[in-house]
Amino acid sequence: MAMTGVPTRKSAPETLRSHLDRNYPRLSQKLPDTFVTPANVAFQGWRKLGYFRYLLAAILMATIPYLMDNDIFPILQGGYGINILFTTGYWILLTLGLSVVVGLAGLLDLGYVAFFMLGAYTTALMTDSGSPDQWHLVTWSPWLVLPFAVIMALVAGFVLGVPTLRLRGDYLAIVTLGFHEIVRQSVNNLTITNGSRGIAQIPSPVIDLPFYYQEFGLDAEYYWWFLLIPAILGAVLMIKHLDNSRVGRYWSAIREDEVAASAMGVPVTKMKVLAFMIGASVSGVAGWIYAIKIGYIAPNSFPLLQSILVLCAVVIGGLGSISGAVLGAILVVTLPEIVRELSGGDEIFGFSIEAGRIAIFGALLILVMIYRPGGLLAAKRRRTELQEAGAADGVVVAEDPGAHVKTRDADLWDDRKKGEH
Amino acid sequence: MGFLYALIALGYTMVYGVLKLINFAHDAVFALGAVSTWYIFGELFGIDTPKTGLVLVITVLAVLIVGGLFSGGVAVALERVAYRPLRKRNAARLSYLISAIGASFFVTYLLQQDFLPFLTGPGPRQFPNIVSAAQDAFSFELLNVRVTTPRMLVVVGALICFLVLDRLINKTTTGRSIRALSEDPVAAQLMGVNVDKVIIMTFFIGGVFGGIAGALYGILFGTIAWNIGFIPGVKAFTAAVLGGIGNIRGAMLGGLLLGLIENMSTVCIGSEWKNVVAFTVLPLVLIFRPTGIMGERIGG
Repeated sequence: MAMTGVPTRKSAPETLRSHLDRNYPRLSQKLPDTFVTPANVAFQGWRKLGYFRYLLAAILMATIPYLMDNDIFPILQGGYGINILFTTGYWILLTLGLSVVVGLAGLLDLGYVAFFMLGAYTTALMTDSGSPDQWHLVTWSPWLVLPFAVIMALVAGFVLGVPTLRLRGDYLAIVTLGFHEIVRQSVNNLTITNGSRGIAQIPSPVIDLPFYYQEFGLDAEYYWWFLLIPAILGAVLMIKHLDNSRVGRYWSAIREDEVAASAMGVPVTKMKVLAFMIGASVSGVAGWIYAIKIGYIAPNSFPLLQSILVLCAVVIGGLGSISGAVLGAILVVTLPEIVRELSGGDEIFGFSIEAGRIAIFGALLILVMIYRPGGLLAAKRRRTELQEAGAADGVVVAEDPGAHVKTRDADLWDDRKKGEH
Repeated sequence: MGFLYALIALGYTMVYGVLKLINFAHDAVFALGAVSTWYIFGELFGIDTPKTGLVLVITVLAVLIVGGLFSGGVAVALERVAYRPLRKRNAARLSYLISAIGASFFVTYLLQQDFLPFLTGPGPRQFPNIVSAAQDAFSFELLNVRVTTPRMLVVVGALICFLVLDRLINKTTTGRSIRALSEDPVAAQLMGVNVDKVIIMTFFIGGVFGGIAGALYGILFGTIAWNIGFIPGVKAFTAAVLGGIGNIRGAMLGGLLLGLIENMSTVCIGSEWKNVVAFTVLPLVLIFRPTGIMGERIGG
């Protein structure tokens, strides 16, 4: 076992090795010390930064448009790169929101994009969009509408959550899937949403950063990226704090054993609805950004497939881990594009890789689930839970992994508690 | 349409009853039932004229059997590739779900390609015109609804399938093992039920009915495409839940009910709202009967 880096005293600052051991034990075993030791310095420095980490991350993210515009990533230049960057950005928001619902509270939501859709349509109907004869609730500036997009998503989360969250997992899945379809079809049929033609010319807010644009010599518009940066980092911060708070512990209790949790006094339904609403609000923000960036929304921009793909992204990345959710979004958005770039229109036995990239993606999904059932970046705690869940529900129980899993889990909780004091 | 939903719902409900998981790859199995019969009968044999009398019966039977067997085989293969490795590793239920979605993507988007003759390619294809739906053929009016031969065929075929399956589950040894496995997997294993074999059987039976539904879909609508599976799949899953997922009679009832609700809402409100109505009824039913109309027991 590669347990060399584990400090004997708990009060010592956490090393990269012990962090890896705790969260990614299999990765840790494969990495040699020569690789870990130099990285450890950076890791400890990063940990010491505290909240400045988020500032640093924001600055790093702000340089991406500069890198894109100046031939450093030639592939990502122009409209194509902007498209990918934007899609990845709002997908990260979506997966972060859904990882609260699925990863933290353990609720299977197959209609998550419905909230996204509601956020986008609220934005469209409350700003000065479309033709003058288009129906509007009000015609406000996009900035004023942001809170309403979030409130709309929150209310929808509440309305959907209160009656349905008493249902068990699989029923919840189909009801949420139905909810997506209800919202999509309603938007498609109502005249106030302009039916299947959608709403065009949604105004975008003006973010003037003359210094930034002049300094880096950018000519394209990147205002949406400066909306996505605070949104993503804010969501990460919120989820991290929720996970480490009383609410997060309620959620993990519900996820592991609902009956036991309610017997111990956890307000189960309340906490589930809360998870739903928080996930929905993140999605509402994403919808707002989507509406003002793209400027045109129609029911066909939000297919049922997207809800399912977001769930795939969350599970591939790793349930309940924030880095996993981000990775999942990046993979799901960019993988088909990478496959397209690499293949360059090649054909194998007449199989056009470019056209069949979704088929390849499907095959990859199966492979990931077989070899990393907990996702690529599953936190150790989640992965052990997943194995337990599988053992409890699975048909063939070869051996009970529960015993050693539970002790590892208990160790982790001890670590956390000691770390907090 | 209700009978078709019911037939597809059988596949979902059987797998759910035994493995307690949603088989998201079933829509691909359904689509393959239609595609395989289209290829074998339309392209290989070149059948394209309406048949009559005994020839009609034999052709239709052949079409249904081929579609059913092909889809059953594919369902077993999917189980082998996407489910069994996970089962051996005691994976979580969400992993099965994602793996099944992956399998569904793979098959569906493979069908979209056209590098092999039996793939449909991106456009719609003409299904072999075996049964004439013309006015002069056998048809009559019942309560303002025109009953044509293809529609009759769907109803009769589906009813026969229900009867066969109901007998199969409740009377045969295989059926008994399936029921045992769904009620208590550990006890069933201890009593000498071969789990792998039974699960394969379950997938095969579910796949056969999915394939028959696919072939009937082709006969009923006359055109097929690579993506026909998705919407009926979602609807059939809704139907299975409506009737009580894991319960075979529930799946039949749920399918019929869903078809009825859709048609009623088409008449009363308008066809563009039928999906909204169907998906609104579902949570309403689930609030009052949390496990569906007929509960979760697999047998009758």
